[in-house]
Amino acid sequence: MSAQSMKEAVRELLDEYAERIDSERYEDWLELFTEDSIYQVIPRENVEQNLPASLIYCSNKNVLRDRIVSLLNANEFNPHYDRHIISGVRVTEEQEGVWQVGANYAVFQTNLEGQSKLFSVGRYADKVVRQDGRLLFREKRVMVDSFSVPSMLATPL
Amino acid sequence: MKLENPQATFPRRDYSRVPYWLYHDREIYALEQERIFKGPVWSYAALEAEIANPGDFRTCFIGETPVIVNRAQDGTIHAMVNRCAHRGALVRRENRGNAKEHICVYHKWCYNLDGSLQGLPFRRGLKGKGGMSADFKTEDHGLQRLQVRSYCGVIFVSFRDDAEPLESYLGPVFTGHLKRLFGRPIRILGYQRQRIQGNWKLYLENTRDTYHGSLLHEFQSTFGLSRVTQTGGVTMDERHRHNLTWSKLGTDADAEFSALYRDNKVHESRLRLTAPGIVKFDDEWGDGISLAICSLFPNCTIHQISNSLAARQVRTFGPDEFELVFTLFGYADDSQEKHQHRLLQANFVGPAGLVSMEDGEAIEITHRASVGERQACSVIEMGGGGPIPTRLEHRVNDTPCRGFWSYYAELMGIEPEGAVR
Repeated sequence: MSAQSMKEAVRELLDEYAERIDSERYEDWLELFTEDSIYQVIPRENVEQNLPASLIYCSNKNVLRDRIVSLLNANEFNPHYDRHIISGVRVTEEQEGVWQVGANYAVFQTNLEGQSKLFSVGRYADKVVRQDGRLLFREKRVMVDSFSVPSMLATPL
Repeated sequence: MKLENPQATFPRRDYSRVPYWLYHDREIYALEQERIFKGPVWSYAALEAEIANPGDFRTCFIGETPVIVNRAQDGTIHAMVNRCAHRGALVRRENRGNAKEHICVYHKWCYNLDGSLQGLPFRRGLKGKGGMSADFKTEDHGLQRLQVRSYCGVIFVSFRDDAEPLESYLGPVFTGHLKRLFGRPIRILGYQRQRIQGNWKLYLENTRDTYHGSLLHEFQSTFGLSRVTQTGGVTMDERHRHNLTWSKLGTDADAEFSALYRDNKVHESRLRLTAPGIVKFDDEWGDGISLAICSLFPNCTIHQISNSLAARQVRTFGPDEFELVFTLFGYADDSQEKHQHRLLQANFVGPAGLVSMEDGEAIEITHRASVGERQACSVIEMGGGGPIPTRLEHRVNDTPCRGFWSYYAELMGIEPEGAVR
């Protein structure tokens, strides 16, 4: 696959990722990850000090699955709509079959009164692989620039 | 500043009713800065492990006042208001760093690590013209210094020279608990921050309200981390300003819990984790306590939720907003496995915490719905009213909230006549 068509395929994956979160299809969203995937949301201040603690750290897909199950069944959170804006996509082949993906994201949240606010901005640093003809995330690392989280972080970034 | 009829603030002398306007009033907020955060208390500033080396500094906020905490070259710890003695600019803008001195960017006034003024440019003027007045003395213009004490590596500061000694302020229960958690060298794991649109006192109450634990935080009860049927309770100091809520895993039966929830018509989830390793508790303190929420008046909570540990600091932004800064830590001698387990259990806490995410929402909806109310009160009598005990062997209570208000009212000078303390 050429570099250009790989980049288009990654953009499609990121758009699919955003759409599934924004339309609250969290179980479908899980399907975009490999079974051994890591999902991490980490404050930029920790990254810059080389400190390991995260806001969310799912060391494999089951931990991520449990978080979604908990979110949908056990947790109480602020009712809202999410909108992801993703840009600045960069794709480089790290090794045979593993691509490093970088992209900026912004997430706007709208409350039930119709008021929208910039909720989070940062950068994705991902690893993407091809499995059974589909691109999937093996690693999704969300570095949050706006690390003083407004209200709460319930739905995925 | 003076309230018109301070003794009439609370309608009951046992603080079982709290008027909602106390969470919204700007005059009250200004008084709190003066009488509480700058009052005769010890506020949590930082952990010594964050400023381990000479020259290390951290900035934080006590109430809304910016503060620098640093370690001088001789190893001593100093705390100063982070405001230039010249024109009032923020001297340190970074969250942390290492420095030989602190220089204000505005006119380059330079301060030593003990807060004293080292010097300033053009003090003697230029070619005989300008400069400061002849009687200007650098020793009169240092940064405002705070009292600093460290207990087991936890740094507390006070704006008042006449605050009681830190150890007696904390009392034996809380010095004991700090020894339990900080008895061996710690390792900082990182930070989490959360801005909540609500009054800071709602958070101090939240950490003292054990009643909500197994009702709001369904993750805890669903996965058995902490349930109201477990052995547990609350312990306060003699003055009821601090509180320790604790419980022990494995001291109840699933059937007992299910029956209780059924009888009280509370929905019980029947979920199972696909990766149950996250809720595994290692009793590394050897006392069986698997949950310990330690609230220290006026700005600190130190939590142990299973094996997740953090100090939380409250920073206020007016009556309608506060920030929580979580400093997560483990121990310096943690095995790789234990280290990984703590990182995994960080999922429980903070703004995205599986256990704690609900607190932000509970506070925001309380703050939103009580705005503008001048008469109505919140009801605090789970566990009964009247005199405030220092110890309860159950968690079906919000009694420590009454303790909080009793000390708050004393400091604010708004105790009703015949108030309980």
